[in-house]
Amino acid sequence: MSVEIRNLSHIYSKGSPFEFQALNNINVTIEDGSFIGIIGHTGSGKSTLIQHLNGLLTPTSGTVLVDGEDIFNKKKSEMIQLRHHIGLVFQYPEHQLFEETVQKDVAFGPKNQGLSEEEVNNRVRQSIKMVGLNYDEVKDKSPFELSGGQMRRIAIAGVLAMEPSVLILDEPTAGLDPRGREEILAQIKLLHTQKKMTVILVSHSMEDIGRLVEKILVMNAGEVVFYDSPNRVFTEIETLESIGLAVPEVTYLMKRLKIKYPEIREDIFTVEAAKDEILKVIRG
Amino acid sequence: MTMEQKVKMIEVRDVQFVYPGNNDTESVDALSGVNFHIDKGEFVGIIGHNGSGKSTLSKLLNAIIFPTKGDVIVNGLNTKDHEHLWDIRQTAGMVFQNPDNQLVATIVEDDVAFGPENLGVPSLEIRERVDRALATVEMQAYAHQKPHQLSGGQKQRVAIAGILAMEPECIIFDEPTAMLDPSGRREVMETIKKLNRDKNMTVIHITHYMSEIINADRIIVLDQGKIVMEGSPESIFKNVCALKKIGLDVPQMTELAYELRNEGMDIRDNILSIDEMVDALCR
Repeated sequence: MSVEIRNLSHIYSKGSPFEFQALNNINVTIEDGSFIGIIGHTGSGKSTLIQHLNGLLTPTSGTVLVDGEDIFNKKKSEMIQLRHHIGLVFQYPEHQLFEETVQKDVAFGPKNQGLSEEEVNNRVRQSIKMVGLNYDEVKDKSPFELSGGQMRRIAIAGVLAMEPSVLILDEPTAGLDPRGREEILAQIKLLHTQKKMTVILVSHSMEDIGRLVEKILVMNAGEVVFYDSPNRVFTEIETLESIGLAVPEVTYLMKRLKIKYPEIREDIFTVEAAKDEILKVIRG
Repeated sequence: MTMEQKVKMIEVRDVQFVYPGNNDTESVDALSGVNFHIDKGEFVGIIGHNGSGKSTLSKLLNAIIFPTKGDVIVNGLNTKDHEHLWDIRQTAGMVFQNPDNQLVATIVEDDVAFGPENLGVPSLEIRERVDRALATVEMQAYAHQKPHQLSGGQKQRVAIAGILAMEPECIIFDEPTAMLDPSGRREVMETIKKLNRDKNMTVIHITHYMSEIINADRIIVLDQGKIVMEGSPESIFKNVCALKKIGLDVPQMTELAYELRNEGMDIRDNILSIDEMVDALCR
C-alpha cells in the first residue's frame, strides 16, 4: 500500500494558550513496498506524524491518502477497516500486553476484526512464528513471565496478526540488548523482503537506519528537512548535527580518513562497507 | 585513580539472589557467586543481555532488595542492617531509563528539591543544593520551566540533578540513555563523565550501548547471573567472538578492527574509538 501525506499540518490545543504547531505542511509519498526510516530529535514531530497515518490523530489541515483514498474523508466504520491495514507498533509496546496468555493477547486484534476462530488461530500461530518465537512453547504462558525481548516480540506479533500492509514501528528496539535488537530488526527486514510489507521505522540509531532503510525522512520542528536515500542524507553531517542528530560512527571515520586518503568514499554507513572501502583504498 | 590508597565504595561478597517461585513457577537464581568491589571515584561499566542479572544487581546495590546469600557493603554499611537503609539509599543514588517516570513535580527546581526535602534538609540548604545540582548538569536556565517542556536529554539531566541534590557518594545509572535521541545521549553521557572526572563521583553505568563505556576504568560482564569477564575496556572488547556469543556487542570501531584483522591487515585488536582507528590507519 502506498501512503501519501499531503499538506499535512497539526496544531495541538488550537486556540488555547498552549497552542503548539507540531506539524507544518508535510508532503511525503511512501511508495508501496518501500522501507523508510524516520529520524528527528525528541519533539520534532515524528510521533505526531505516524499517528496520522492510521487515523489516530486528525489533521488540522491537509490529509493522508492510502492507496489513493483519503482516509479522513470516510465514515467511521470505513476508517476502522483502514486501520487494520496500517499496523502501528508504539514505543514500549509490551506495556500494552494485558491478557492472561500469549495466545489470547495476540488473538485480540484479529478477533476484533471479526474473523472466524480458525482464522484467528492460524494468524496467531503464524505471527508468533514470524517474530521468531516457538508457538507451542509460549502460547499458554502469561506474557508477563517472558523476558523483555520476548514481550516486545509478542506485542509486535499482536499487530502482525491483523495482517497489515503497512507496518509502522516507533523505536522497536529501545531498551533491548544487542542480540534482541539484532533479532527484531532481522525479523522486520524479513517481513519487508518476503511479505513485501511497507515498513516505516522510527529510530534514534543512525547505525540501524543506515543499514536497513531505502529512504530517510528527517524531521525537525514539525517540518521535513530531508526525504532522500541514506547516501544523500548522511553526507549532510553539519545539518544533521545542528538539529540534534548524527551520522553512523563509521561515516565519521570515513570523513576523517579522507584527509589522508582523498580518494576514499564518505557515503559509508555500515561496518561491512567500511571494511571493503578501507581494504580497497588503504591496503590497496 | 591517582589516590595512593584506594577506598572501597562498594563490596559485593559471594552474593546470590533468588527470585522465589510460586505454585506455577520455579524459583530463579538471578545472581550467584558474584564477587567484586568498586573503589571510590571509579567509573565501572556493567554489560549483559536482558535477563543477565544487571538490574537485580543494581537494586541490590541500592538496598531495594537484599541478597539471599552473601553481603553487599556500601560505603562500609551492610545492606542487611536495616537501620542503615536510608543512609545506604542516600549514598548510592539511582537514575533509571525513563525520565518521565522519575520526575514528580511540575517545576524543574521543585523536582530537584524533592529528594533533599524528604531527607529533612533545612530549607536554606535545599536552595543551595538545588542551585548547585542544576549548575552541575547545566540546567540552571531551566529552573522555572515545566519538566514536560524539556527534551529527553534535558529531563534526564534534571533527574540526575535530583539525585545530586541528595549528595550521594555514588550514582548507579541503569540504561539512562535507552530512550534518548543522539544529542540527548551525548548530553547525558557528557554529564556522567563530568561528574566522575570533576566531582570524583563513583559511577556505575549499566548500558546496552558499548560505545558509552569505552572510557570506563573497568567493565564487568554478566551472563546468566554470573560475572564472566572483568577488566579494562581494551581487554574486554577485544574478545569479539566471546561477547557476541553471549548476546552482546562491541563498539563499532572495535568490530571494524576485528574485521580488518580477519582480512589480514596489521592493526591492533584493542581499538575502541574513531581517534584510535584514524591513528592506526594513517600511520
